[in-house]
Order: sequence, then C-alpha cells, then structure tokens
Amino acid sequence: MELLSSLIFMLVIAAALLGFVMLLALILVLAERKVSAYMQDRVGPRRVGPFGSLQTIADAIKLLLKEDIISLQADRKLFILAPYLVFVSSFAVFAAIPFGRNLIASDINIGILYIMAISSVVVLGIIMAGWASNSKWALLGAMRSAAQMVSYEIPLALSILSVIMLVGSLRMQDIVGAQSGGLFSAQNRWILLDNPFTFLAFFIYFISALSEVNRTPFDLPEAESELVAGFHTEYSGMRFALFFLAEYANMFAVSAIAVTLFLGGWSGILPGYTFLNGVPGFVIKVSVLVFVIMWLRWTLPRLRVDQLMSVCWKYLIPIAFFNLIGVGVWILIFD
Amino acid sequence: MADLRTEEMELNMGPQHPSTHGVLRIVLKLDGEIVLDAEPHIGYLHRCFEKHAENLTYPEIIPFTDRLDYIAAMNNNLGFCVTVEKLMQLEIPERAEYLRVLVAELNRIASHLLAFGTYGMDMGAFTPFLYAFREREHILDFFEAICGARLTYNYVRIGGVARDVTDESLKLVEKFLEDFEPHVHEYNDLLSYNRIFLKRTVGVGILSPEAAISYGVTGPNLRASGVHWDLRKDEPYSVYDRFEFDVPKANTEIGEIGDCWNRYMIRMYEMIESVRILRQVLNQIPDGPTMAKMRAAIRPPKGEVYMRTETPRGELGFYILSDGKNKPVRVKGRSPCFTAMSAFREISRGLMIADITAVIGSLDIVLGEIDR
Repeated sequence: MELLSSLIFMLVIAAALLGFVMLLALILVLAERKVSAYMQDRVGPRRVGPFGSLQTIADAIKLLLKEDIISLQADRKLFILAPYLVFVSSFAVFAAIPFGRNLIASDINIGILYIMAISSVVVLGIIMAGWASNSKWALLGAMRSAAQMVSYEIPLALSILSVIMLVGSLRMQDIVGAQSGGLFSAQNRWILLDNPFTFLAFFIYFISALSEVNRTPFDLPEAESELVAGFHTEYSGMRFALFFLAEYANMFAVSAIAVTLFLGGWSGILPGYTFLNGVPGFVIKVSVLVFVIMWLRWTLPRLRVDQLMSVCWKYLIPIAFFNLIGVGVWILIFD
Repeated sequence: MADLRTEEMELNMGPQHPSTHGVLRIVLKLDGEIVLDAEPHIGYLHRCFEKHAENLTYPEIIPFTDRLDYIAAMNNNLGFCVTVEKLMQLEIPERAEYLRVLVAELNRIASHLLAFGTYGMDMGAFTPFLYAFREREHILDFFEAICGARLTYNYVRIGGVARDVTDESLKLVEKFLEDFEPHVHEYNDLLSYNRIFLKRTVGVGILSPEAAISYGVTGPNLRASGVHWDLRKDEPYSVYDRFEFDVPKANTEIGEIGDCWNRYMIRMYEMIESVRILRQVLNQIPDGPTMAKMRAAIRPPKGEVYMRTETPRGELGFYILSDGKNKPVRVKGRSPCFTAMSAFREISRGLMIADITAVIGSLDIVLGEIDR
C-alpha cells in the first residue's frame, strides 16, 4: 500500500513537472521569436492571440496533425525511440532543479552528479537519431554533435567541480544554502563572486553549456546552412516537435543550473528585498541568462567544426584545469 | 586498428539544399569532413534562353534577360540593350543614359546587399540578412515607383528607358542614399569584422590571380583576387566615363588576396562606390526625352556584334548575329556566374564541408544566369 501511494505521489509530481516543461517550452519558443524579431527590425508573431501569445500552441497543433514520415531505409525501432530518449533525458534534469525552498521534485544527495549524468544521455539519443535516419546528412550532424558534446562535457564538469569543492556537497539545496547571503554580503555571497577563480568558472560553465545545448556559435550539429537540419533532418511532425521541445527545455535547464551553482539559486538577490526570494528571483535570474543565450544566437555567426574542437581542447580545458587548481589553492589559503 | 576499413563518402549537396543559392547540385567526395573533390552539376534551371531568343523580336527578348540574373535584372536589361544599340549605332538621349546608370547602380547595391545578407546566413548569422533586406526594400520601392515591378523590371529598352522618372521618385533615391552609408558601417560592425566571421572566411578558398584569369573569372571575384579590372572604368559604356569613382582593391590588411573575406569585402566597398556614382547622377541628370527617335519595328542591319557590360556579378556579354530581320539569327550570352562556378572546383579541394558554403556564398552565384 505504501509503495502504491508513493508511486502515485511520484506520478503526480512527474505529471506536474511535465506540464511545467511543456508550458516552459511554449513560452520560450514565443520569447525566442519575439526577441529575434525585435533584434531584426521585425515585430514577430502577433496574429494568434494577444501579441501572438498563442502562436506556439497553433504551431504545436499543426505539428501534431502532420503526417508522421518514417523513411523506408530507416532503422524503425531506433528512429522511433530516439526523440523520446532526447526528450526524456532533458526532462529528467528538471527533477533535481530547486525552484524554491520546497519546490524541488527530488532533493537527492548527489543532485548535481545526477544532472550531469542524465543530461549526457541526450547525446545517445542524438546519435541514435542520426544513425537510424540512414541519411548521410543526419549522420554527419549526429557525429559532429557527439564529438562536440563529449568534448565540452569536460570543461563543464571541471567548472562544476570547483563549485562542489567550495560547498562540499553535491546536494542542490546545500549549494543554494551556501549562497544565501545574496549578492554583496561578506559571508555566503554568490559563488560567482566568492573568489576570482569561481568568477572564471562561471564563464567556462556558460560557454560549455552553450555548446551542450547546441546554441550559436556552437550550433554545428544543426547548422542549417551546411547540414540542412543535422540529426533531425528526416524527422517530421510530433517526433520533430519532441526534439524542438527538448532544445528549449535544455536551454532553460542549463540556465537554471548556472543560476543555482553560481548566482544564488532561489535565495534572493539583495538582502532586504524579500519579495525577490524564492521563485520570482529565480525566474528573473534564469530569464536573464536565457535572454543572453538568445541574444548570442541572433548576433553571432557559427564556428567551423575544427575550430570548435580547438576552442575546447586547446583553450577551455587547460583553463578549466588551472582554474580548478586555483580554487583549491584559494580554499587552502583563505578558508 | 589495421583491419579498420575506411572509405571515402560521396555526398550529394543539392539540388535542394539551403545554401547552394538556388538549384545547384554538388557531388562532394569526403574523407570525414574534408572535401577531396567537389563536382558541380548545373542545368536544373535551364530555360533555353538562347533558343527562345532566335524566335522572338528584339524588344521581346528583354523580359527574358530579366530572368537571367533575377537579382540584378536592370543590369541585364542594360547589357542586352546596349548590345543591340551598338549593332544599330543608335544615339541615346542624355536623360535616358543617366537613368540607365541610376537604375543599374541602384540594382548593383540591391544585389550586393542580397549577397551580403545571404552570406551572413551561410555563416550562421541570421540577423544581417534582415538588415540587408530592410535597405533593399527602399530600392525595390523606387523601382516599383518607376516601372511597377519589384524583381523583373523590363525597364531599360532598346533606344532608352520605358518611362521617365518623376522628381518625387528621385527624392526617394536621395533619401535612401542619405540613410544608406551609415548602414554599411553598421553591417561592418555586425558581421565584416566579427571574430568568428573572420575565422570562417580569412584564408579560406583562395583563388590566385593567375587561376582567376585563366578561368575567366570576372567582376568582384576577379578584383578580390588582386586584378584591377572593371569594365565601367576600363571599357566605359553608357555614360560611366563621366563619373568619378574608384575600383576597390583587394587588400591584405585582414584577409589574404583572393580569399573568401576579400571576395565578401569587395562588395561592401563597391556599395560605397555605387553611392558615390549615384550622388553624381542625381546632381548631373539633365532634362529631355527618354527614348531615341526610331522606327517602331527594330531591325538592326546585317552583321554581328559582341558587347560586354559590368553587372554586379562580373562581365555579362551578349553576342548577336543579325540578318536584317526583326528577329536575331543567334544570341549567345556570356555569363559571369558560369565562369565563377567553373573555378569553384579548384578552390574547394581540401576544404571542409562548412567551407564549401563559405566559398559558394562568396562567389555570389545566381543559378538563373548559370543555366540560362
């Protein structure tokens, strides 16, 4: 009986989270279109609903009604499985993101490790999609993507490691708790401002995260001017929508993780401004990062695949390593 | 590792591909991401222009020239008309000549804007495209005001131009020129000197001056290879000899001679030069008729003629053989994009897949003109 009730409880939470992610993706897609429109001297969607707010819903319905095409040469089972794998793993990340004091689906004691593990499953889904499509373009996109994501996970992990060293815990709520002082206080301020090395670590994290979620200037796997649409070239209808959804869910997830690790999570911005504590503050911080990601996308061109790799292996990883040592030395001397 | 089997991969790029600028098909032979060979296949847009021309009267051919290089239709109209006029030894009224230069240079700017915008898109930057279209819109508005069409104009006619231009329309051009130059600097800030953009284009796809000449590459692509050659200056037609302007040079300041960046940048410089020409046109334009006095039926004398003009893409030449009737016996078009495309295979060997789009974009080809 107890097992059943806990199972039901878990399902309810999962359903709530799924609803949240769906809603989030809808909002982010619209936000992206509006942001890009205003950057490009356009106005963006405005016909469906007030200020085009229902545009994404209309698009989602259109995608649902589209014919589901699976090419004859495709590996059917893998082809069908791939989008779910990508979506589920990017969705599962949300289980360990703390939105507020009690707003976390599961505050496991290895929270950040779980997030890193589950988010690297995405790459399996992408490779699967590229391979199963049995198209050269999709395969090239998938290979690029695999190489890129595996490479950039290293600096990503190293920058996260410096936070873990400082806090001494993998639990997400502990990491937030360590930054409860806000932006400027002497004790427990944001990890971003804790010492120069963590300041650098934030930027290493952010650059690597951009690459992890395949956003410009690292959007090679889906470089539409070279590879048509990369690994999801052959997908249509709702299966394509799942990739699309996962992309925006991922964008939010990496921003939320960056906020939790470096920018104080939900724990407020300035002491005294209590209305910014909890969810509002968290949403504001994440929105700023999401906006920066969009801003970059609509400003910058794209790197070439070999340049992308050399940025990672020749610059980011060595810097991240030295940075990690720096954090260690800092802790030894000052804390 | 010894029994690991590797083989070259053949990849079909196009005819439906977002960055082949039309229906171009390229068969790539790949070793991983390295391109061993890139073989262009053309002809998907072949419309038998030359055969059609043999069965049409001279004025009826002009709309067909619109559809050769549809990005710069005015320049194509002009190229064909001056060829026929050379055969007929026709005197063109002053005002018509100035109007021709006006529309040709405006169309050159519009064409280069499109080249700039799509090149940004090929490099993954979407925003410059819409910035370029914002300015191109003003030019198209002017063209719409003077001839009613926005893409295929049929405005330049044998003996002059189709309609006169009102002073209000000329005000549109004046206003556009005022706004335009600062915008070019905006483009340069946004894309031309962007670090990532430089990484993608500098030193990529180098076309040496010797190769450029031996392939017969013309126009901005030739000038980017360091060869100083512009028909408007070196073999002036219409009234181009009356205007002061420079022919931009390739430089080694940032890129190397003949690389993608120089090919791209030459067009940015040329837009500025076109603005200079347009300012002089607006200052000097005389009043008068816009059509030469001649018989309604155009029957050039027996004989043959070849004439070349500088379009935004290079030398557009027409050869016409006439037997004195109202239809030509033979028309041959010499396409600048076709020769640029023929050099593509040589410069693309050893590059990566992403560079292929960089090279195609920098050559600024229009498939309508390659296939004719």
